[in-house]
Amino acid sequence: MSINKPIERRSFLKTTAVGGGVMLGLYLDPAFGQAPQAPPARAGRGGGRGRGGGAGTLAVEAFITVAPTGIVTIMAKNPEVGQGIKTTLPMILADEFDVDWKDVRIQQADLDQTKYGFQNAGGSTGTPANWDSLRRVGATGRQMFLTAAAQTWGVPESECTTGSGKVTHTPSNKVLGYGELASKVATLSLPDPASVKMKDPKDYKIIGKATPAVDNLAIVTGKALYSIDFTLPGMVYAVFERAPVIGGKVVSANIDEIKALPNIKTAFIVEGTQQAAAVLPGELNMRSGVVIVGDYWWAAQSARKKLKVVWDDGPSADQSSAGYAAKALELSKGKPAKTSRTDGDFDGAIKSAAHVVDAAYSYPFIAHAPLEPQNATASFKDGKMEIWSASQTPAGGPGLITRALGIKAEDITVHMLRGGGGFGRRLTNDYVLEAAWVARQVGAPVKLLWSREDDMTHDYYRPGGYQYLTAGVDASGKVIAWRNHFVTFGEGDRIAPSAGMSAAEFPARFIPNYQFHQSVQPLGAAATGALRAPGSNALGFVMQSFIDELAHAAGKDPVQFRMDLLGDGKVVEGYDAGRMKAVLQLVAEKSDWGKRKLPKNTAMGVAFHYSHRGYFAEVAEVSVDANSKVKVNKVWVAADVGSQIVNPAGALKMIQGAVIDGLSEVMAQEITFEKGRTVQNNFHQHQMVRLTQAPPEIEAHFISTPNTPTGLGEPALPPVLPAVCNAIFAASGKRVRSLPLSKSGFSWA
Amino acid sequence: MAFKLTVNGQPTTVDVPADMPLLWVIRDILNLRGTKYGCGIGQCGACTVHLGGVAVRSCLTPVSAATKAPITTLEGLSSDGSHPVQQAWMEIDVPQCGYCQAGQMMSAAALLAKTPKPTDKDIDTAMNGNLCRCGTYLQIRKAIHTAAAIKAKPAQSARKEAL
Repeated sequence: MSINKPIERRSFLKTTAVGGGVMLGLYLDPAFGQAPQAPPARAGRGGGRGRGGGAGTLAVEAFITVAPTGIVTIMAKNPEVGQGIKTTLPMILADEFDVDWKDVRIQQADLDQTKYGFQNAGGSTGTPANWDSLRRVGATGRQMFLTAAAQTWGVPESECTTGSGKVTHTPSNKVLGYGELASKVATLSLPDPASVKMKDPKDYKIIGKATPAVDNLAIVTGKALYSIDFTLPGMVYAVFERAPVIGGKVVSANIDEIKALPNIKTAFIVEGTQQAAAVLPGELNMRSGVVIVGDYWWAAQSARKKLKVVWDDGPSADQSSAGYAAKALELSKGKPAKTSRTDGDFDGAIKSAAHVVDAAYSYPFIAHAPLEPQNATASFKDGKMEIWSASQTPAGGPGLITRALGIKAEDITVHMLRGGGGFGRRLTNDYVLEAAWVARQVGAPVKLLWSREDDMTHDYYRPGGYQYLTAGVDASGKVIAWRNHFVTFGEGDRIAPSAGMSAAEFPARFIPNYQFHQSVQPLGAAATGALRAPGSNALGFVMQSFIDELAHAAGKDPVQFRMDLLGDGKVVEGYDAGRMKAVLQLVAEKSDWGKRKLPKNTAMGVAFHYSHRGYFAEVAEVSVDANSKVKVNKVWVAADVGSQIVNPAGALKMIQGAVIDGLSEVMAQEITFEKGRTVQNNFHQHQMVRLTQAPPEIEAHFISTPNTPTGLGEPALPPVLPAVCNAIFAASGKRVRSLPLSKSGFSWA
Repeated sequence: MAFKLTVNGQPTTVDVPADMPLLWVIRDILNLRGTKYGCGIGQCGACTVHLGGVAVRSCLTPVSAATKAPITTLEGLSSDGSHPVQQAWMEIDVPQCGYCQAGQMMSAAALLAKTPKPTDKDIDTAMNGNLCRCGTYLQIRKAIHTAAAIKAKPAQSARKEAL
């Protein structure tokens, strides 16, 4: 698939006069905003596009409102969970509209995909999916104000220019502000958006300028901004004690005793519709458990201490992490269930290899644990359901509610609130369904809030996996043969969400004799889902670590070895090796790769990875002391995400955040299962990097290439794991083949 | 039980169980939503408030232990963003998701009240209990130094604001 295929869409604009100002509406066709290569992870399990996106009808929505004062309000169409899109997308529009950022106000849109197009926060799609269309909305608006001014003055449009929300007639120096022109604009017919002139990038005034996030003032003054902060009059608070094993059911519970506790409104058993081993796409449903509703959250939460539930754990209660590992090893020794790729003649080539390396890699399940625990507020009145929550796929909630509760899609309204982190957890709308379920039962507005323990023990985890690799290099150091047996989770051809691996995963396509095999085992103890850079966050570690092993076996410099592997820099089946070689070259230069004298036990490691349309190469400098304590001193990132960084301030934060997130995955994060239950239940058992554990410096460098600007939420993460592990090898001589580091005898300084 | 509290300078009385964490009193009873719940076990620091000027984890502080000293929440730093820590957080553009920042800022404000010119080492000690899931640590460190500078020279920061 071509990576740079333009996103096809049509857009049409409409103007409406409002209160002396003007609104510019955008008609969308149904394909609008649907990014190419959207991650497959989530389809059908609450992450689908739901109603609206595929409705096939055109509708109107205002993206821009111009007040008579000249203040411009721009709708932020996508969910904000910390990725900065509430700032980024309006910047794109505002620049083409030719107004000053100081005159722009941002308003968060509610869910309405017939108005706004695809509204989601996932797959790093926000920027690439909206780059063209929002610039065109802005440029069309600019054109209309230009026309309005030219008509007002009776002069040719060609004598007029725009800037800072004003139109100037250059020969006479006459000026009219957009606010003054608003009522005139409302009477104009629309220009053809395809015909409007968009800016030369050198004329950008907002795009490309470091711009602080638009919610900063509200955040630093503690305004009620997040989903958890939202309240309604008469609202009650709910907690949900879910079955500890997926597919488990409540047999009985001391409901009457709970109901009698102070400040408890009610309590009830949810039989649930969730089936056992519900790990496969399309099976998300209401879990079984006990709901407790109180006047305030602590009342309901503390009542759980008195709750006594008899559970039927169902068929998955014998599953454990140890069992999964043993089964994977057993499967690795047998005939693979499936062969997905066979290039050349692996068996022949491996015999002629000068060096052969065998390795077994593994990586654990990981929890998302966004800092704001899952929650949603729901109100059910007169057959209509209204939801306020933070979701990365806000259209997914109504689908679940319709299926589970029979409430029609047109009777469900979703308000999009700011989320305290997403990382993929909020792609799944299970908490939205729960809130709706409880609201319907209780007959009052309900805020359902998960405790941290609920969150960590009932996540849709990043799936663990097992990779058994054999590869050979010839006497010249060229990789000639590669075989991988991937053992993952699923049933037959159905793979657990985010547990799959493409047959084109790098270095496939770049090695002449290549085999990719796969076997699966059932997963009953855990539901899985997309974690930031799904797939890539584990596969980058495995592939780039094993490539490093081959480089060392061949006696080659790890950067040069990778350059050689990428060949002559052509595009190979959609993978632009030239772009990757360029970022690899840049990161080597910026880090002074091979040129710096480092202290003893300190070394650098390199890795690269392509994901979410971004080409990334990273170098980590790491020290390993005599007690195998690892300290990451610095990370260099080189990135190619196309022609333009929209917001350099946001971009740097996304890269630094992704690097630190990746370091947490190396350092400590692991979810394990015993008796079908999650063992870890809070941050002390599933640790993330703290301030003193983060590298003091993380540098980001960008290469601009003539490609559509793409997203930064994810692609900086995958390379940092192998870069650090490769540096650990260079510093200590010990290879990390299993994460987190404790599995390889290391700890974090 | 009734407890007399002073929150952001306002005396108030709440009728709640004695073991109810201050966090939930602040959020659900007093309707001050700036203070955040992250873990409930003192691991993340999102719930940090000042009790008698000292940064405490409100999720682990029973309301009964909070009656003898004034409580300050993020809203109490200032409602217009004029507190040096708030100014610095905006100037450095610290937040990503922003959810932990209430706690980060309260820890930073407590540090700066005691140590007007903190070293990196001071920052390490004061801030290591506050987790940031988004990884804004480099900006947080920078912002604390900036806040110290703003505090030391309010006029200069005002000029910066104007620019």
